[in-house]
Amino acid sequence: MNKNVNRVLLIVAVGLFLSGCGQGWGWYVVDPSTKSGWINLKFLMSGFWYTILLSFVSLLIAIPIGLLVALPGFSKNPFLRGFNRTYVELIRALPVLVAILWIHYGLPTLFPSIDLTVFWSGVIALSICETAFLAEIFRAGIQSIPKGQTEAAQSISLSYFDRMYYVILPQALRRILPAIGNQFVYMLKMSSLVSVIGMGELVRKANELAVTEYRALEIYSVLVLEYLVLILVVSAGVRWLEKKLGADESQ
Amino acid sequence: MTAAIELNGVSKWFGDFQALNSVSLSVAQGDKVVICGPSGSGKSTAIRCVNRLEKHEEGIIRVDGIKLDDTTVSQVRQEVGMVFQQFNLFPHLSVLNNLTLGPIRARGLSKTEAQDRAMAYLERVHIPEQAGKYPKQLSGGQQQRVAIARSLCMEPKILLFDEPTSALDPEMISEVLEVMVELADSGMTMIVVTHEMGFARKVADTMVFMDQGQIVETADPETFFGQPRTERCQRFLKQILQH
Repeated sequence: MNKNVNRVLLIVAVGLFLSGCGQGWGWYVVDPSTKSGWINLKFLMSGFWYTILLSFVSLLIAIPIGLLVALPGFSKNPFLRGFNRTYVELIRALPVLVAILWIHYGLPTLFPSIDLTVFWSGVIALSICETAFLAEIFRAGIQSIPKGQTEAAQSISLSYFDRMYYVILPQALRRILPAIGNQFVYMLKMSSLVSVIGMGELVRKANELAVTEYRALEIYSVLVLEYLVLILVVSAGVRWLEKKLGADESQ
Repeated sequence: MTAAIELNGVSKWFGDFQALNSVSLSVAQGDKVVICGPSGSGKSTAIRCVNRLEKHEEGIIRVDGIKLDDTTVSQVRQEVGMVFQQFNLFPHLSVLNNLTLGPIRARGLSKTEAQDRAMAYLERVHIPEQAGKYPKQLSGGQQQRVAIARSLCMEPKILLFDEPTSALDPEMISEVLEVMVELADSGMTMIVVTHEMGFARKVADTMVFMDQGQIVETADPETFFGQPRTERCQRFLKQILQH
């Protein structure tokens, strides 16, 4: 199945390149065999670093916050549960692009002393939006662990923290790993929005090149492939991690 | 001497359904009490209230003299171990780590102390050779014996058993009961919810019959099996002893 998918993708990619022989295409603009083409290609690929860094740092920040938002959802205290629901509903309704614009252009008016770089504006916006989704994923993961696990942990006098840390979360994390991988892919794509405030990631680089070279078709086609490769690599990484973590449980 | 466990007029509702209806029971230290009754009679709920896996809503529960409420839960749980129908071992931890987690985190033992203790109790349930395995690799009977050892590692004064053999294949029931008989002989205070009447005859000091959330009959095993007083209890025993 997987091999077939890869084969189809390869054919599509090769087809795109071959079609460069036709009239509408001008692949010379990113032809690595010419000097200017190679420079253009390197320029496009230089966006990889920030796309990856933005997404990775945002996810890393969002995971613990998402967990801290999810846990009160299991409380007997209605205020804590209310906090969880309100947070999730409000943040989930906030579009990533709006968050980016608000934080980068709006927030400095409130706090003139804070000088956020585009990178940190992007990280804050992406991670805040992500926390709501991660909180829901954590909630589902924790809910999926049988109640008997908590009861057994209680019966050997484990504290709330120990029950979570040693018993519930290790099992829940294994189950939600595919969903977190999914969110990472989503994050990689959403990070493209940070280009609107001038972050030099993949989309921004492509935009800059497109306005100087006037070859939008080829340049954005390369952009499509760049995201494709990035996300295929990440998916493979997540699957590898799943296998590694799943191993000791199913031995 | 204070009773190990004392229930006084304990009631509990699940919504409109009254699961426990003014249950009173006193268990002396070293006593073995076997609770039986039809399903839904409240016998599991009763023992789950003792270590507050369920919260009782009326009445008083005292464990080793400590009155059970929200402030004393952790104190009470230190005294009480519990063995579940579904074993509830931690599937992501090895047998040894299942056993050492509680002693290390809740009793403050060092890792080596906890491991020594774990091995001693695995020895006692006759499966020291399984220490390195994961729960899934064990049979049901072995898993339940690990669960018993896990409770023992906390060195509780009282052990509660919630239908410990009900989820087991028939051929594995005896290996678990055997361990429980040995425990009873060692002087452990035990409350056992079970339908294993052979076991009950052998170890019980007191038999309790529950129906519809109430204790219907309490007697020593000889009287209980010989001349049950109530009609409900007679009917129940007749049904269960036919098999």
